Amino acid sequence: MEMKEAIFNYCLRYADSSLIIGHRLSEWCGHGPILEEDIAMTNVALDLVGQSRSFYQYAAKVEGKDRTEDDLAYLRDEREYRNTLLTEQPNGDFGQTMMRQFLFDSFQVLFFEKLKESKDEDMSAIAFKSIKESKYHLRHSSQWVIRLGDGTEESHQRIQNSLEDLWRFSDELFEMNEIDEVLIKDGIAVDLSTIKDHWMQNVVDVLAEATLNVPEDTFMATGSREGKHSEHLGYLLAEMQVLPRTYPGAKW
Amino acid sequence: MVTFLSKDQIWNYLSEIPDPEIPAINIIELGVVRDVKVDDAQVEVIITPTYSGCPAMKMIEDNIYLHLKSKNIDNVKVTTILSPAWTTDWITEEAKEKLNKYGIAPPQKEIACPQCASQNVECISQFGSTPCKAQYRCKDCREPFDYFKCH
Repeated sequence: MEMKEAIFNYCLRYADSSLIIGHRLSEWCGHGPILEEDIAMTNVALDLVGQSRSFYQYAAKVEGKDRTEDDLAYLRDEREYRNTLLTEQPNGDFGQTMMRQFLFDSFQVLFFEKLKESKDEDMSAIAFKSIKESKYHLRHSSQWVIRLGDGTEESHQRIQNSLEDLWRFSDELFEMNEIDEVLIKDGIAVDLSTIKDHWMQNVVDVLAEATLNVPEDTFMATGSREGKHSEHLGYLLAEMQVLPRTYPGAKW
Repeated sequence: MVTFLSKDQIWNYLSEIPDPEIPAINIIELGVVRDVKVDDAQVEVIITPTYSGCPAMKMIEDNIYLHLKSKNIDNVKVTTILSPAWTTDWITEEAKEKLNKYGIAPPQKEIACPQCASQNVECISQFGSTPCKAQYRCKDCREPFDYFKCH
């Protein structure tokens, strides 16, 4: 695999993940359990869609085929998307959304911390910009995991169920393939094996404070690195892409 | 295109453009304008976003074009850079004072109510009406207020 192709695909992977989970959060707009959380989730969504734009813009530049960030977001099909399975899972209840966000934010913070050191200047700049936002998101999602886990019997049971439902998507965050191999050699990509233990430690600490039990012997789902997704992504893309696909080039 | 424009003039013009969300301060005071380059052919304004997803950035870019055009400067290019990443440390002291007067507690370690200056405050929500703000309440005068987050 050529370097250019590897960088393009690497950026798409992280652009897709941020865009998809950002879109999921935006589905809460107007449906949040309280006004403050409605605003919080849409604010986080904005940051994530913004981060994805930075990655898409850079990917488009690297590809050099006159595709724009919008083309990459709106005109690729499910099998071309490389977001991790975790990010496309449905919102469920508020606790489920916070648990998904917590597992994701915990990854993003450690990932960006390492990506800051990337020899690729553009990716390093995106990491420096994004990490401050992701740390803030993590503070928010951690607080809710703790509050709901260590809350009432009902909230505890529900978020424990969410954890058990989502845990099987956690391994995949750290999967690497040929793209990583090519880029790690040149100090461009993050060696995800170096942040996995740290992630686990951080997550386990918060879950302990939340009085939640870390699932054991869970079957781990995989596939997104090859574009094999759960059934949920197709529906999400159908909604997200319908306008630009129905009215190509539409502007307002 | 007028060729005798100085950088200082451009900076002055840019300081006339208010932040679209918080019109009490201008885009220079906000710290988003990082550099201005002037040569015979064009004026280049280099800006950096506050937050990755801040919806005001497009508006700021458009307003730079419009305002400079109104000064008969047509050949303008606005370039967005990400590095170094924007920080609230770049907001000037004067601008922090303006924010406070406007009712927004400026970014600082000891958050104080912009109405009564009490530091007996509580966070209602980490997030607010724009990406750069959080919601607080003063426990003395009971007024809710926006806080410009340290970033």
